[in-house]
Amino acid sequence: MAKSIDYDVLSSAKNKELETNEKWGLAEESEYFANKVKLYRQDKLNADEFRRFRLQNGAYGSRLNSEFSMIRIKVPGGDITPTQLEKIASLSESFSIGSAHVSTRQNIQLHWVQLEDVSEVFRGLAEVGLTSREACGNTIRNVMCSHFAGVCPNEPFDTTPYAKAIARFFLRNPICQNLPRKFKFNFSCCPEHGYVRIADVGLVPTVRDGVRGFRVYLGGGLGAASFIGHLLEEFTPESRLLSTSIATIRLYDRLGNRENLARNRMRYLVSEIGWEKFQGLLLKERILVEATISIPTKKSYDGFLNTGDLNNTSISSSSTKSKIKLPVINSNSADTPYTRWLNTNVVAQKQSGYYSVYITLGAGDITSSQLRILAECIREFSLEKKARNTPQQNFLVRYVKADQLPKVFQKLSGNGLGNPGANTIVSTVGCVGTTSCNLAITNSHRLAKEIQSKFLELNIDLDKDFVDSTIKISGCPNSCGQHEVATIGFYGGATRIGTSMVPIYTMLFAGSTGENGELGKAIMRIPAKKVLDVVLKIFEHFKKERTGNEKLNEWIYKISNGNGAGEIKNVDDMKKLLLPIIELPAFSAAPDFYKDYGTDTNFVAKTARGECAA
Amino acid sequence: MCCLSKPIKRKKNDVKVKVKVVNKRVKTKPPSTPSLNLVCDIDTLRTLIKKNKVRVVDVRKRDEYLKGHIKTAVSLPLAELLSNDDPESIINILNNLGISNDTLVVIYDDTFGALASRVAWSFKFVGHRNVALLEVTYDNWKKLGLEIERKSNKYSKVSHSIDIDYSIFADAEYIENAQNDKNKIIIDSRERLNFLTEHIPNSKNIPYTMLRSENSILRNPSELKRFMENRGIDLNNEIITYCGSVGTLSGLAFFALKTAGISNVKLYPKSFKEWKSLGKLKTEFKDANYWDLSAE
Ligand code: HEM
Ligand code: SF4
Repeated sequence: MAKSIDYDVLSSAKNKELETNEKWGLAEESEYFANKVKLYRQDKLNADEFRRFRLQNGAYGSRLNSEFSMIRIKVPGGDITPTQLEKIASLSESFSIGSAHVSTRQNIQLHWVQLEDVSEVFRGLAEVGLTSREACGNTIRNVMCSHFAGVCPNEPFDTTPYAKAIARFFLRNPICQNLPRKFKFNFSCCPEHGYVRIADVGLVPTVRDGVRGFRVYLGGGLGAASFIGHLLEEFTPESRLLSTSIATIRLYDRLGNRENLARNRMRYLVSEIGWEKFQGLLLKERILVEATISIPTKKSYDGFLNTGDLNNTSISSSSTKSKIKLPVINSNSADTPYTRWLNTNVVAQKQSGYYSVYITLGAGDITSSQLRILAECIREFSLEKKARNTPQQNFLVRYVKADQLPKVFQKLSGNGLGNPGANTIVSTVGCVGTTSCNLAITNSHRLAKEIQSKFLELNIDLDKDFVDSTIKISGCPNSCGQHEVATIGFYGGATRIGTSMVPIYTMLFAGSTGENGELGKAIMRIPAKKVLDVVLKIFEHFKKERTGNEKLNEWIYKISNGNGAGEIKNVDDMKKLLLPIIELPAFSAAPDFYKDYGTDTNFVAKTARGECAA
Repeated sequence: MCCLSKPIKRKKNDVKVKVKVVNKRVKTKPPSTPSLNLVCDIDTLRTLIKKNKVRVVDVRKRDEYLKGHIKTAVSLPLAELLSNDDPESIINILNNLGISNDTLVVIYDDTFGALASRVAWSFKFVGHRNVALLEVTYDNWKKLGLEIERKSNKYSKVSHSIDIDYSIFADAEYIENAQNDKNKIIIDSRERLNFLTEHIPNSKNIPYTMLRSENSILRNPSELKRFMENRGIDLNNEIITYCGSVGTLSGLAFFALKTAGISNVKLYPKSFKEWKSLGKLKTEFKDANYWDLSAE
């Protein structure tokens, strides 16, 4: 008999990486979902019941077409491995549209999946440890964590293990399977980075007398009506993180509004009964929780926390403890594509000699082949062999050595992933809008991409004045695009001009994130096709009138507070400046101004029942 | 699609290569009339080539063939077949390639099996029963370091009988009648965004991209069967596949559905291109800007 060598064309060596991330998905949930779909199709399960089930499992209905679903893949803490990215790539090719979408809350979404194929996507996700369970529905949504956690020079400690332990503890936990409404946790790494004031629970790490803990903010959140979270107490030690979280959820579950769909987020409860009363109730509830919490419960959480910690200890190199801002590598010739990219997409970590690299996407979209390139890049160049997705709808590949940066750029730019501008206003955020959302009025997604390409064309990324400023766009007031925390935010609407309907955006000024985050203020309404002109006009005046080295976000903040130093002192001056620009020519003369981006027919505001509260 | 990180180095002659098979191997039957599954695995083909018991057909462009092809393969560029694909011409092609009624035929391409499928379907259509798709593309075959050669192969002319199998064929009129028949399912095998944009009314979308696996032009039968079950497609349903223009992507779907165990599958070879040129009704979906989600 001839000697035989074995090789297996069906598997690759890649699978070994699995251990580097936790397992969130369960294969049996896929089969369970497939069966429910069958029952629903055979009319043995009513539509409402099925919808609730579908949402709990992370599948939304698609815009005006219930045959198709959007699957929201949770990426707890934004932490994702190359193998997981490759799986998402192939699942998108097989069952979606060959692209994936990075959301504003560290989820990755697959759109336009045939409802009957959703279970197959679940199956594939579970194979690499991912899940979309409780990514939608009235439960604990994806737990966010600053993408700098672990590498941020300003952080007291890495919050990633805590974020993941909380995510793990509440996933499939009976205490949060049927809350009045969705519930969001956001962890930051330091006071500057993170979306802690616009979450139900926002956590800023801090250390007191050598004890790790958090400043916990409660009752924030964006939406048609937005609120900034309240500080619970000066210091919440890490030992009380779990009990504080459980107490908050129990209180909300008990007292939250279950009747009025529009007012059932926890922030309305807080605002209705008043913060002091809520705070008092919560502190009492926490004592109760701590007195009654069972040892197994506590143990399971501690177990999750320790696994998370272990995962991270592998790379704990020397950290420079000084309070520096994340510096950008400076280079003299700012004009080669490489240095352009270096200036806006590469940041130094607290671990000296290591850098984090942003992958700038267009409104969060990335093709399957690009996902594979990204995966290769991570394997080849990142010491931690993972990446994070960011609320700015980009990716961050961390732990890259300085001498590798040119190679990283070469690889990325050869595949359309090397755009500069990640930490500047160029990296525009846009929710999915009319590309897939039932509630959308405008094509916010395309507008975000249009703005980004225009900015790149105008080399705006080269201008340091636009660093740290943001543009964020939602397709309706619901704020999925987080327009209220942008330097310049927009949300979509419709209005009538003459006899024609026109897509318009309400523009907001001076929103911000971080521990001192503030909500933007509405300024004026602008026809969709005039948004770019308006933004460029604002830039022009900013350049003329700012004082010293003031950056755009600082100038906008001053204007919105009536403290402008030049010709434009306040919002009214700004409106006066912009009014002539937003005037539309007659419909017959320029019908294009009356249409939305991406559509050649006349504009109509079409929406269907949204599933945000189901 | 199929790519192996490391090409496998093979030793000379005495090496038997084991490959995970997608389909079961050829069942041992009397040696004179062996039969093939719809998809032929690498192992089986190599054995058949060694025993000189197969006609391998390369449907890539001629110059690609000349640069190198699977050992013993003949060249039949898809375009040549399509330029004249009435049954008599196809029989002529079979005759010229030395394919007689009993010849086992295995077809391959470099486009994930779609071109090969269209040719294989045509052979079936005119009555050639023993035809299969190779489970991998030429590119993969080469990467695996398997036998290739450059010399052009020619075999003596034979005479194939003609026995047209209309049970695997559909035209526009047939589709129109099937549209409102609950037992007949029309499958559009183009990609999702194309389908959303416009499609034949009442058709369902199974994109060709759903059918392949990382290393094979088709997923394994049990997986394909599960997909159909999920979709509520019964093995007894009649299915008609179409795609954008000449029946390649839908040809692949034809073989996938057969592999899944559905016996009554038809191909509409002229597909959506003809449908539109005939001015037939189509379903369009304009209420969403889904193209703007694509990062292409
Ligand atoms: C009344 C209904 C809805 C409300 C009030 C709502 C509100 C929000 C808010 C406030 C966020 C903000 C991000 C944050 O919390 O930091 C968010 C995220 C998001 N929403 Fe909605 N939403 C609704 C429905 C929908 C629908 C129907 C879709 C599309 C199917 C959608 C897609 C998204 C996406 C893609 C995100 C990104 C964040 C994530 O990954 O969770 N939303 N939503
Ligand atoms: S902001 Fe509005 S349009 Fe955008 S995703 Fe949310 S609900 Fe849809």
